This record gives sequence, structure tokens and C-alpha cells, in this order.
Amino acid sequence: MLKFPIYLDNNATTPMDPRVLEAMLPYFTNHFGNAASRNHPFGWAAEEAVDYAREQIAALINCNPKELIFTSGATESDNLAIKGVFEMYASKGNHIITATTEHKAVLDTCKHIEKLGGQVTYLQVNSEGLIDLQELEAAITDKTILISIMYGNNEVGVVQPIREIGRIAKKHGVLFFSDATQAVGKIPVDVEADGIDLMAFSGHKMYGPKGVGALYVRRKNPRVKVTAQMDGGGHERGMRSGTLNVPGIVGLGKAAEICRLDMEADTARIVAMRDRLERELLQMEESYLNGNKESRLPHVSNISFKYVEGEGLMMGVKDIAVSSGSACTSASLEPSYVLKAMGMSDDLAHSSLRFGLSRFTTDEEVDYAISHVKEAVTKLRELSPLWEMFKEGIDLDSVEWAEH
Amino acid sequence: MAYSDKVIDHYSNPRNVGTLDKSKNNVGTGLVGAPECGDVMRLQIEVDQNQVITDAKFKTFGCGSAIASSSLATEWLKGKTVDEALAIDNMEIVEELALPPVKIHCSVLAEDAIKAAINDYRVKNGLEPLVEAKSHH
Repeated sequence: MLKFPIYLDNNATTPMDPRVLEAMLPYFTNHFGNAASRNHPFGWAAEEAVDYAREQIAALINCNPKELIFTSGATESDNLAIKGVFEMYASKGNHIITATTEHKAVLDTCKHIEKLGGQVTYLQVNSEGLIDLQELEAAITDKTILISIMYGNNEVGVVQPIREIGRIAKKHGVLFFSDATQAVGKIPVDVEADGIDLMAFSGHKMYGPKGVGALYVRRKNPRVKVTAQMDGGGHERGMRSGTLNVPGIVGLGKAAEICRLDMEADTARIVAMRDRLERELLQMEESYLNGNKESRLPHVSNISFKYVEGEGLMMGVKDIAVSSGSACTSASLEPSYVLKAMGMSDDLAHSSLRFGLSRFTTDEEVDYAISHVKEAVTKLRELSPLWEMFKEGIDLDSVEWAEH
Repeated sequence: MAYSDKVIDHYSNPRNVGTLDKSKNNVGTGLVGAPECGDVMRLQIEVDQNQVITDAKFKTFGCGSAIASSSLATEWLKGKTVDEALAIDNMEIVEELALPPVKIHCSVLAEDAIKAAINDYRVKNGLEPLVEAKSHH
């Protein structure tokens, strides 16, 4: 039985796994202690739960449990990593390298750094969303302190050549931070093999709770430190003050454990559904897959349906929750900056939909999505003057549009 | 964003979708907007010898509000004289469809399309083009 609306926006957030909720519940009521209370059993129980979660998460990303700093989510982790490194390593340099397709939490933090007098290089990506490693290496100067490149992109799912970036960073003695929010729990992430020094991720993108995330901070080869961005009780080795969100952390730990154990089976199923969705939708004339087809996350597919506007299309498939690269409001006529950074024309970027699958997505839901998206695209093309012109063989680039 | 019932109705059952023969002298065609802005409207009118709009058709590339604005415009145009059609103001469309502020530009585009279609008709028939009556942008 299909339940509506169908959720295919799992890059925005995932539903929480019931097993995660179950693990969390006792820590709201019975075991409510403060993990920093060292002198009674309430505190000990909380601390023990937090330590266990650290181990569960460490096993997923192959780090030492002590290398994890708990935060409120990936945005805070991004801020702490970039601002924290910028402050801590100020005597070494002030230059950061990032890319134009990073999440706003990274890009806006970098803009902030520029206001503080830092220098930031924004690497371009190619038409498939990948950065150029030679360009990256060429951008490194003796003032470079940090390379900040995301693991997998939230809009198109492209996975950057992380290990190569890690090697380049190491070779030049520059720290490597990766926002891995979309990747952790979905694909194997190994901070040792990948050569990552700092890494941000979040609970609610991996079937865990919202409001909790972590920053991995390497302790050995090299020992990395970040300057705290909040003052207080000196929790988390002094890098992030604030009473630990014990139920949230327990949930993040459980979510990490399930991802580690189920990843292979989940991925096989999700990829099969994703591939079927793509195969069917790309059979439609003038539809295009966005982003590199090989190096990418298993659960996301970004497709442009030319001559149909994304927001109008979303309205046509209103019982399917997806996201569009188009933002048609008077405040922002700008389509997705990620698709634009990949060199896509504005009109094609306006015509894109992002489908995000999860471990809870079913074959029936994918079938429904396929048939309804096809139907809506066909209907809207009947309505589209651009489609008619295309069919008449008119080159739309040669038309002088009355811009508004 | 929640759409009003009227927007949903026009989006689901758009009125007067189609194409008129633009080579005919009594057909005026307005094509406004741009693909890179995310909306393009094409609105056409057919005018009889008494200056009455006997038919109107549209095709729109855009969001639901843009489709609804142009669909509504064609409904309103039919049976009006050209002069009456010129008096249609975008704010009437905003009110009828209960468009939120971020979608007002959709109604502006529909008004522009009406004016552009009338202009095309006028020029085809040896009349002076309209001076741009108001500028929204």
C-alpha cells in the first residue's frame, strides 16, 4: 500500500530509524543525567552512553573515539572547523582553499573569514561537478592553512576525489577538512585511508535525530586543534562548550552503527531503485542526468527535464516530495548555484529535479514516481511555448527574449 | 508554499491552451519573459472587425502561479474589446488568484503578455505601437 505523499527528498533530511528512537528514549527520562556530572551515577550513566556512541561512530569512519567533538549539526561543525582552524593557525597563514559547489555553511563561513582578513580561493568545478586536482595543488601557497572540500555534494551527489585531495594536502603540510554530511553512513568513509584531518557530519542525514552532529578532529599525524567558537565549561576537550545532548548523541551513535552494519545491503537496494528511476526518466526526450555518473553517492539523482520549469513540475507531482534547482520567487530568480557552477545554463538549471532515496524507499514508491513524473513532464510540455518552439526547430538561443 | 485553490484549479485544468495562426493579420502574439528567468509566456488574441477579442490562447513555461496567471488572462480576454483588455491590471490577477507577494511577478508577466499581444496586433494592422504604459521592472 502506498502512503502519500511519497518522500523522495532524503538529501534534505532522512526519517529517523525506529531502532534509533528506541535507543534514545531512556536518555530523555530514566537516564537524564548530565554527562559532565562526575560525582554520581546519573552522570556516569550519561557519560557511559556518550562514550559508547563515540565508539559506534568511530567504527563507522575509522577514527579514535576521542577524536570526535559533538556539535548541534553539520552547520556548526563546518563553522567550528573553518573558523577554528583559521584562528588556531593564524601564525602559520591565512589562506583557505574551497570550491564553488560547497554547501552554504562552508561558503558563507569562508565569506566571513574573508571579512576577517583571510584569503579564500574558490576552485571551479567541471561540467560534471568535479574539481581539478592540478588546480587545487597550484592554488596552494606558503600561506595556505586549510583545504575545505566536501565529500559528496548535496544537490547532485558528486563525490570528489577525496583520497587524492588528502594526499595533496599531506604533501604540502596543509590541513584537509571535508564536509561529509551527505556521505557518512551512505558510502564507506575512512578518515585514515582518505587522509582527512577534520570532517563534519550530521545525525539527521543518516536516519538519526536532528540537532546533533559531530566534527572529527585528528589527534595524531598531525595533532590538529581548533579554537573554540563558544565559551563555557570547556566540554569536548575544550573545543566545544555546552552540556552534551545525550539522547541526541546516543541516537547519532545508534544511527552510525546501523549504517555500518546495513550499508552494503541498503546500498545495493537503493542503487537498484535509483538506476531504474534514472533509466526510465532519461528515456524521455530532452532529459539529462546532472553530475558525474561514476563518482557519486548511491541515493541521489538530479535530472533536468528541458523546457519544463522545476517549480511548476513539482506542483504537478505534488504527492511526491522532491526538491528543485529552481527558485521562482521575485526575491530570487536565481536557479541552483551548484548547477550554475557546473556551467549549466540557467534555463536547464530551472528545469531540474532532485530525487533522494533512502533505506525506507520502496519499489512501489519508485514506480509511482516514475509514472507521475513522466505524466507531469508530458503535460507541462504541452503547455510550454519553449517545447513547441523546440519541436518547430527554432533555436531558443537565437530568440531575443524580453527579459524582465 | 501553499497555492490557493484557484491557482491549483487553473494549473490542473488550464483554460485556452494552444496556438493561434500568427500569420493571420487579426492575430496578435505576445511572447514575454526569458527561459533563464524561469518563466516564458506566450499569449495570443484573435480580434474581429469590431475590435472584440473573439479568441485567446496561451502557452507558459513557468511555475504554477505563472501558468494560472496566463490561463486566467485568456479567460478574461475573451469577449473584451482591445481597449478593455488594455485596462487589465496585474493587481486584479493577484487578487483573483490570491497570489502571495513572491509571486506578483507572475501577474506582471501576464499583464505584459496581454500588452505585447495587443501591440503585435496593432503593428500588424498599421496602428501606432503602444507607448509602454507602465514599467514594473
